[in-house]
Amino acid sequence: MTVERIEITETSVPALPRGVKLRFDKQRDQWVLLAPERLFVLDNIALEIVKRCKGEANIDAIAEDLAKNFSAPKDVVLKDVIALLQDLSDKRILTA
Amino acid sequence: MTSQSPATAPDIKPGTAPAFPLAILAELTHRCPLQCPYCSNPVALEAASAELDTQTWLKAIEEAADLGALQIHLSGGEPTSRKDLELLIAKANEVGLYSNLITAGVLVGEDRLNSLSDAGLDHVQLSFQDSEAAGCDRIGGFKGGFEKKLAFADSVNALGIPLTVNMVVHRQNLGNLESMLELAVKLSARRVEIAHVQYYGWAYVNRAALMPTREQLERATEIVEAAREDLKGILVIDYVVPDYYAQRPKSCMGGWGQQFLNISPAGKVLPCHAAESITSLSFDRFPEKSLREIWESSEAFLKYRGTDWMPEPCRGCERREIDWGGCRCQAFAITGSADNVDPACVLSPDHALLQALAEEDSHGQSDDFLYRTRRAGLELEGA
Repeated sequence: MTVERIEITETSVPALPRGVKLRFDKQRDQWVLLAPERLFVLDNIALEIVKRCKGEANIDAIAEDLAKNFSAPKDVVLKDVIALLQDLSDKRILTA
Repeated sequence: MTSQSPATAPDIKPGTAPAFPLAILAELTHRCPLQCPYCSNPVALEAASAELDTQTWLKAIEEAADLGALQIHLSGGEPTSRKDLELLIAKANEVGLYSNLITAGVLVGEDRLNSLSDAGLDHVQLSFQDSEAAGCDRIGGFKGGFEKKLAFADSVNALGIPLTVNMVVHRQNLGNLESMLELAVKLSARRVEIAHVQYYGWAYVNRAALMPTREQLERATEIVEAAREDLKGILVIDYVVPDYYAQRPKSCMGGWGQQFLNISPAGKVLPCHAAESITSLSFDRFPEKSLREIWESSEAFLKYRGTDWMPEPCRGCERREIDWGGCRCQAFAITGSADNVDPACVLSPDHALLQALAEEDSHGQSDDFLYRTRRAGLELEGA
């Protein structure tokens, strides 16, 4: 069996797989991604991106939506989204 | 208990005083069909009759969530020996604890796995003792185990549960490290833990049969570093090094009593799973005291929490809040007092002693194991 690294592009449709859970940690007042023997604390930007990883919208649409909501240039947003999601994919906690 | 990674702390921002534990390690039983000679359970294994009952574990899970824990590691012994595991997973799910099953994978058929999955199991960590059947079955002391593990991994994948493969490595299997990594990829594991044996409890007893040579360690580290490049985005590799050859101690458990809380099969509440090896400490029990009371004010948790307990040179060290003084169990095992500097640190007066022990053990004359059985443990304790 050959497994290949997923490369995140504008057309990728990201989703959180089984075993990766977005949760608000009320004791510490922060959003976290719970993953196999790992815990990732999300800042506000990461949270907004991860919330949109539902296996529906592609990266381009997610960047468009974020750019509109936060009045930011889309090309900059797109770069940030790809960088973050490539990192999560490389950590094997995102499918696309 | 198959995991050998007390040094693997969750990725979280460093903070000051910990108000809540992040994770709870529930050692549900010491019963296990395997007999790994490096088991992290204490040498004196609890009998089945001493185990907490279902209602008590359910209460512990609720209290752990209330206390702020986010993850529960269901371990043992072999946790699937417990018939009530489904109920415990369902409770963890209900109270928002991420559930991780740490298993040898030899007792669970498809039907049982389905029912664990339906209960809401989030993740499986499966141990292998070697990359091929002969070594795996010999080291684990369980004939036919390897084939069962392969079948179990397939079932986990079929359900879409994320799989981590745990490989404890030592002198007698390090030659297969590359094929261990290949096996993890073949099994579609998303993560692999390559964990060098940590020398407490059973592993301490068997260290002359397990300790790698310095050359083996260096080779292993090279292989892991190369594989991390080659397998980027395919397999995440967590690597736990043996600190006998280290210059600086590990940040054991992310600091004593700072992130983890361990409950033994009989309800002893410990800052780490090896803490019982420190015979100078006594531990409170659940449910006689609540988890909160034990976490916040038990003598054992307070004793080495933070930095106030530290001797010099730890106290004035710029790394004191990075490694939190290393490992108390190791200080106790090697120096006779858990108050001392972890001898893994180059600044410890006992560092040379630790390295000499490692050197000597790594050239151990015999590869024979004292296998982990309740009887052998009782004999050792009596000795």
